[in-house]
Amino acid sequence: MTQNAEHILDHSELFRGDEYQQMLANKKALFENPHDPAEVDRIREWSKTPEYREKNFAREALTVNPAKACQPLGAVFAALGFERTLPFVHGSQGCVAYYRSHLSRHFKEPTSCVSSSMTEDAAVFGGLNNLTDGLANSYNMYKPKMIAVATTCMAEVIGDDLNAFIKTSKEKGSVPADYDVPFAHTPAFVGSHITGYDNTLKGILEHFWDGKAGTAPKLQRKANNWINFIGGFDGYTVGNIREIKRIFELMGIGYTILADNSDVFDTPTDGEFRMYDGGTTLKDAANAVHAKATISMQQYCTEKTLPFIKGHDQEVVAFNHPLGVSATDDFLMTLSRITNKAIPNALERERGRLVDAMADSSAHVHGKKFAIYGDPDLCYGLAAFLLELGAEPTHVLSTNGSKAWEQKMQALFASSPFGKNCRAFPGKDLWHMRSLLFTEPVDFLIGNTYGKYLERDTGTPLIRIGFPIFDRHHHHRYPVWGYQGSMNVLVKILDKIFDEIDRKTSSVGKTDYSFDIIR
Amino acid sequence: MSRATTESVAEIKARNKQLIDEVLKVYPEKTAKRRAKHLSVHEAGKSDCGVKSNIKSIPGVMTIRGCAYAGSKGVVWGPIKDMIHISHGPVGCGQYSWGSRRNYYVGTTGIDTFVTLQFTSDFQEKDIVFGGDKKVTKLVDELQELFPLNRGITIQSECPIGLIGDDIEAVSREKSKQYGGKTIVPVRCEGFRGVSQSLGHHIANDAVRDWIFDKSAPEASSKFEPTPYDVAIIGDYNIGGDAWSSRILLEEMGLRVIAQWSGDGSLAELEATPKAKLNILHCYRSMNYISRHMEEKFGIPWCEYNFFGPSKIAESLRKIASFFDDKIKEGAERVIAKYQPLVDAVTAKYRPRLDGKTVMLFVGGLRPRHVIGAYEDLGMDVVGTGYEFGHNDDYQRTAQHYVKDGTLIYDDVTGYEFERFVEKIRPDLVGSGIKEKYVFQKMGVPFRQMHSWDYSGPYHGYDGFAIFARDMDMAINSPIWGKTSAPWKDAPRPSLMAAE
Repeated sequence: MTQNAEHILDHSELFRGDEYQQMLANKKALFENPHDPAEVDRIREWSKTPEYREKNFAREALTVNPAKACQPLGAVFAALGFERTLPFVHGSQGCVAYYRSHLSRHFKEPTSCVSSSMTEDAAVFGGLNNLTDGLANSYNMYKPKMIAVATTCMAEVIGDDLNAFIKTSKEKGSVPADYDVPFAHTPAFVGSHITGYDNTLKGILEHFWDGKAGTAPKLQRKANNWINFIGGFDGYTVGNIREIKRIFELMGIGYTILADNSDVFDTPTDGEFRMYDGGTTLKDAANAVHAKATISMQQYCTEKTLPFIKGHDQEVVAFNHPLGVSATDDFLMTLSRITNKAIPNALERERGRLVDAMADSSAHVHGKKFAIYGDPDLCYGLAAFLLELGAEPTHVLSTNGSKAWEQKMQALFASSPFGKNCRAFPGKDLWHMRSLLFTEPVDFLIGNTYGKYLERDTGTPLIRIGFPIFDRHHHHRYPVWGYQGSMNVLVKILDKIFDEIDRKTSSVGKTDYSFDIIR
Repeated sequence: MSRATTESVAEIKARNKQLIDEVLKVYPEKTAKRRAKHLSVHEAGKSDCGVKSNIKSIPGVMTIRGCAYAGSKGVVWGPIKDMIHISHGPVGCGQYSWGSRRNYYVGTTGIDTFVTLQFTSDFQEKDIVFGGDKKVTKLVDELQELFPLNRGITIQSECPIGLIGDDIEAVSREKSKQYGGKTIVPVRCEGFRGVSQSLGHHIANDAVRDWIFDKSAPEASSKFEPTPYDVAIIGDYNIGGDAWSSRILLEEMGLRVIAQWSGDGSLAELEATPKAKLNILHCYRSMNYISRHMEEKFGIPWCEYNFFGPSKIAESLRKIASFFDDKIKEGAERVIAKYQPLVDAVTAKYRPRLDGKTVMLFVGGLRPRHVIGAYEDLGMDVVGTGYEFGHNDDYQRTAQHYVKDGTLIYDDVTGYEFERFVEKIRPDLVGSGIKEKYVFQKMGVPFRQMHSWDYSGPYHGYDGFAIFARDMDMAINSPIWGKTSAPWKDAPRPSLMAAE
């Protein structure tokens, strides 16, 4: 017997015991009809070859291990960033269970969201009744100040018209006529979670700015000196938005964070469950129309929102998840230019500290090859930072990256001598990445939790930056934007580099040299 | 609050009834009427728990339920390790269910084993407009080329498939023929079908019946000689290794487990199951259908069992043994005796720390009743329970074998109801899922995820019971629960230190 009350063995140890190992070996041999181990080895080795890579890249129908999710996830993420707002997803209910679980597994926080629970009859007759009843129930039960509606692919395939349905629901008295129910169609078969973020944010702004679906007068813009800020879909939203607020306050800029979900994804454990917390107030969302300019930290999360805002006579500027010295410089100088506010000494000193840290450590990063995958803007920001560090972002892959993104990445590579052998891969997945890592190995991989499968297969050490991060805790609390955020990213990268050197030099009697106490 | 507060059963019942009345007040009238049927206070001696179940969830109430796809791909089929399960449709469903269920297995992942890969047809707008049959046809070819050691393929339908009129059955037949009779299984588990995961289980069971049993002769694939002691584990998904810590007990008592459904399972095991002498069924809800089918078609008897906690384990081992000869009956006694010292040590260590603590559960289709015995073995009381997707037969079993008089029952509980119930009852522990975990922890109530074992486990079998006991102690007696109020606002509540 392996289990022991004094030292209770978890799954990771329990099943390593002889009794279990014997049991599993017998199970396999007798009942699983296993392949010949030599054949398994042969296929495994073949899967590492250029020949396999060629077949793998020739895929047209099959996607394996994609690094993207579907639109409504981004819709829920964005909607949660408004004051007392309940995201309501019209369609099948299982989807909502998935979004809630997915976000909660990353943030280790509750995610409140409801579904209109459409089933077979709604597929035939349409989901109007589900929407009407659903709005009434949500309104009464959860007392939201706003209900933001998005759609699952089911509702999209049958063609439910949210605008008309919400109007009819209000006529039937499900919620008051002047109650805010912005909406966005978010079909899962178009784009990805970043598209859903974009559509939802645009839907909410359109609602407040353009007359609430014909039920109120359109707002007249009275330009002021404020700045709107949009973070985009961001696994580090908690740390990042707080860092951005600090920067705005240091610069003395009047600002509105749109879709500010930094509090709702970071509520305290003090005896009270806050279903809603913080968020962009509805008043601020409306008043955002008067701002001087809108800054988006992630171009590809705001491809529709920014043109919409621009159409309301604001300057709009999009960044690509700025990381590192130059990208942050650019971000701050843009803020300064738009607002006529000087960049304060405090930020200049932070800049100097980041440069200091990079100078101290760059010898360990310089010349190292990296593979990166994730959302298109994050990939861009990371690649630019690595180039600043003298590293080579050799493979940069974004499942939800477009051709335009690819060109932008290639232009970035062309701008640096370290980008010479680097290549962007739009629309590819992590099984493609596997082939890349086997046929053109790199020193480190940067990606989300699912990168651990690549790390295990290819031996490429994984630096966890991205979304989702399920198997490490609390990293979303630390910013990855601004000079300080860049410092956090630098430290993450360095920690892994040093861990690797130690790991590779830790055999006593073999590599007693190089196991250095000072690095 | 702990049992020590000594409320009488009558008082508890009155309080629970009042609680139900209170939560119903928040709903619009029509909804209140519908929800009232799902909430009840258990009356001892009744044949069920007095609630309606397996009925459509009400829009907008924040149901905890999932969908048929989750029941089929996520639960039943996903763990079959040497087959490739295609999430057929848009990318999300497969993405959100990728690797999150902890169905442990052993194999060379990506080469001959595929559980923790996400295969999807990643539908785009053109696939909706022109249909997805061509795409999935090509997709099967690509799987055959890139994953040549796969033993079979299932096509797990997402919502659009059934709405756009695709014929995945025809594709499956055609591709199966092309690849020499390869097992290719179309599964009509679109998420809008049925009212919860439950119909997905049923559809998945039927797909095994129609596309595996009916396609292969029972003797065809099995390479072993049958023995009189062959059994199959049905309805154990090997969460955190549950099926393994169960299998070991069955083998120690002299039985031979020829198949696991479906945790760490393989196509060969599915195909060989008709040779079993007895099917033993853990998750009744998700696999009673195929068990009944095998009984009718192959004459294989089945029996339910419960491997949570030593009382139910011993009872179950004896029940299973009763289908066999004295050798096995003696084997069961031998196993029970062998593990008694472990049980005694675990109980001695943890019971004093957990005695009298109260628990509220809300889980899927089995655990709302099955884990009650394990808590009771540790001296704990389950004061409220309910099923996400149980049917009336689940509530019957719950009423007749598990819950105490006065237990609060909530079927397909809404977020609002669950919060209010826990807030008022203040149990020492809530056991539910990831969506509920942080809500209750924020409230200062200890919590364990009872779907994924909160990334721990196994909880089945004697080895698992030790882990279960430790985990419950860790949750309830964590020092952190004494620190939820700032000291300048409230005096900290006294609590035991965790044992380790």
